[in-house]
Amino acid sequence: MIRYLYGTDLDRHPDLAAAMFRDRAAQFRDRMGWAVTVDAMGWETDDYDGMDPIYVIVEDAAGGHAASMRFLPTTGPTMLADVFPHLMGGAPIRSPLVWECTRFCLSPGAGAGAARRLLLGAVELGLAMGVTHSVGVFDAPMTRIYRRLGWSPEVLGTQDGISAGLWTLSRRTHDMLCSTAGVEARTSRAWLEASFGEILAQAPLSVRG
Amino acid sequence: MSRKLDDALERLASAASFDALEGAVTSLRDTFEVEHVVYHAVRSTGERWGAVTYDPGWVQTYIDENFQAIDPVVLNCFRRFTPADWKTLDWSPRAARTLLAEGIAHGIGNQGLSLPIRGPNGQFAVFTLNDRARDDEWAAFAREAFDDLLLVAHYVNERALALDGTQNAPHQMLSPRETDALTLLAAGRSRAQAAEHLRISENTLRVYIESARFKLGALNTVHAVANAMSRGLICV
Repeated sequence: MIRYLYGTDLDRHPDLAAAMFRDRAAQFRDRMGWAVTVDAMGWETDDYDGMDPIYVIVEDAAGGHAASMRFLPTTGPTMLADVFPHLMGGAPIRSPLVWECTRFCLSPGAGAGAARRLLLGAVELGLAMGVTHSVGVFDAPMTRIYRRLGWSPEVLGTQDGISAGLWTLSRRTHDMLCSTAGVEARTSRAWLEASFGEILAQAPLSVRG
Repeated sequence: MSRKLDDALERLASAASFDALEGAVTSLRDTFEVEHVVYHAVRSTGERWGAVTYDPGWVQTYIDENFQAIDPVVLNCFRRFTPADWKTLDWSPRAARTLLAEGIAHGIGNQGLSLPIRGPNGQFAVFTLNDRARDDEWAAFAREAFDDLLLVAHYVNERALALDGTQNAPHQMLSPRETDALTLLAAGRSRAQAAEHLRISENTLRVYIESARFKLGALNTVHAVANAMSRGLICV
């Protein structure tokens, strides 16, 4: 299933959280060679994990970590505003309708199916919360992966091989991902409601233009 | 509702003092047709400010009893940024049930929908609609009001931030692309022409315009263009 958890909810899912932070170390430090901070337990975390973001986490058949990403609203502190402001001319997008997504992570054994479920989770969450777009920072190797998943961002700015991108969270993307990920729309919605209750925007049934 | 919403936003936009903003927030009760509206903000300095339509006697009791330490709405919302229906919160502790019972005795409705907001530099706020209603009526209302709640709550918070005297604060700065987009619209270009000129999609142009509108505290695109011109941020 897909879980939607605030940072403060992670202690109720300790194994899942530990696997996510270890898989992040494997991806960002080991495979991509980023200068990230990994602690003695092998967890990769940064300041933004301390800001109670929402994690979208895809579980594998055994309930383990398959894929994850994290969201913060652009009305508050974000990585794009604090760490990479130069990618958008020093003044990144701020809007209640746009959330920042960071730490797009696939566990070493995860395939395209897990990635598609993760993207479905991102769109499901955004549409239910009235969020129309997502912004994030990515580097060149990810471009190919996003393209293969049918989830290419519009590039807003690039410097030193790092880009800021804009993703559209639309009903069309939602339906496409339901179909390619093999998840029924009703099931996807039920996973979200398990975390946030039923009082949400009517989207994806009615999405603002 | 949209005409009433426009009027309410105009009132919020013209509020030039905290007193006027408080009045404008209070009148949102009629806009949403609910019993109560609450806006409660914690500034980056830790100072609190709010506008509330609850009975003053209840507000005093709430403060005297330090109810915020056990209020499930406060405990849940001040960390988050997604809307919460009060029903989904944890009211099982006895102190929480006492709070709810006393509140209802003071005229608070049994239903609530609270939207927490994260502002710049650790500022945060919660905007709440409260009413007396059956569960099914409330669920229908909440779905219907969701988009307007999102817009209004953030608008109120941006007005409060602006009144805090932080003109031209970093979070209000327009990016070069946002400035370009408003400049082209001010020069009479259509969205399609502006997007083509900037070599971006209309979709992305819309995001830049919406972000600029939000940063400028403007009601709509026309207002945003006028506002940017009067501040000297764009010239045509």
